[in-house]
Amino acid sequence: MLETPPLANGGREGLKMTTKDALIKYCLRLGDTSLILGQRMAEWCSNGPTLEEDIALTNLSLDFFGQARTMLSYAGELEGKGKSEDDFAFKRNEREFYNTLLSERPNGHFGDTIARNFLHDAFLYHLYSALRNSKDEIIAAHSAKSIKEVTYHLRHSSEWMVRLGGGTEESHQKIQDSINDLWMFTGDLFAMNEVDEILIKEGIAVNLKDIKKNWDNTVNEVLHRATLQRPEDAYMQSGSLEGRHAECLGHLLAEMQFLPRAYPEATW
Amino acid sequence: MDNIKDNQGDVWEVFVQSKPGLPHKHAGSLHATDKEMALQNARDLYTRRNEGTCIWVVPLNAIVSSLPDDVGAFFDPANDKAYRHPTHYVMPEGAKHI
Repeated sequence: MLETPPLANGGREGLKMTTKDALIKYCLRLGDTSLILGQRMAEWCSNGPTLEEDIALTNLSLDFFGQARTMLSYAGELEGKGKSEDDFAFKRNEREFYNTLLSERPNGHFGDTIARNFLHDAFLYHLYSALRNSKDEIIAAHSAKSIKEVTYHLRHSSEWMVRLGGGTEESHQKIQDSINDLWMFTGDLFAMNEVDEILIKEGIAVNLKDIKKNWDNTVNEVLHRATLQRPEDAYMQSGSLEGRHAECLGHLLAEMQFLPRAYPEATW
Repeated sequence: MDNIKDNQGDVWEVFVQSKPGLPHKHAGSLHATDKEMALQNARDLYTRRNEGTCIWVVPLNAIVSSLPDDVGAFFDPANDKAYRHPTHYVMPEGAKHI
């Protein structure tokens, strides 16, 4: 377990963030991102373009939910107030979620989903690769396990990028549009704040500037293979670090949280 | 048989090896437009619960099958020759995969 440094100046306001506080936030970021992506992929269940792809997409969903469980449970353990993974998933409101803005983007058509997943998979692939060396044992173990899943996710989305980009004129145009539309949410993937600053110093987190370089390489390479243009960096949306999200997250949560909120004792 | 196609791609037959050294067994079939997608789909459809160590995917039109009409000529002659079956041997204890 981590040592909690002594409080700088007591009191809640203006309090210096402890390593433990930062780690809890970090776990929520990772856990929420997986949870929201998992829910998005679950929305494909029975709606896939082919039977094979339907199962592939929902398979990804299960991987993401598995990742979310580990990180949300760990956040609850660190916090020490008896909160379970389900409490985090189902009893928080939109502003208390720290998932990346990209992860919550609606599924749209199949190409939109592939484009979103590809940009996100490339990020998680390099993030988890680096976090395997985290000094926090749980984060390191979680990353070592998740990297296998994410490697497959990236392969799946990359292969589809190449096929849609190099498919018909229509598929090429559609996937290019998808990438263009999603580009403004990619800046948020690499946003950092005090949480990162504290955890990087402790060797727990990694500098997302380094991840960005690797992400750029992967994205450029696949876009090239897919004969697609990389959009120019223009205005970038931000906000996930402060829990500011797009409207679409509210709709997602309404569906995801409805049952446990309406029937708190429900079991299955 | 050469061009079984629909809008979901070609049909591929899937063979999964459950452990190293064991034969690949037919697991089922799927649709895919090319080799890599066939392999990915096979992974998602047939090895989700830890069933395999290796997958083969084979385009359906690469498989040569005997026809129902051949049944008599192909298989009946084996029926009445008990000496062709190795039933007179005692199985060594602990022998697996026989």
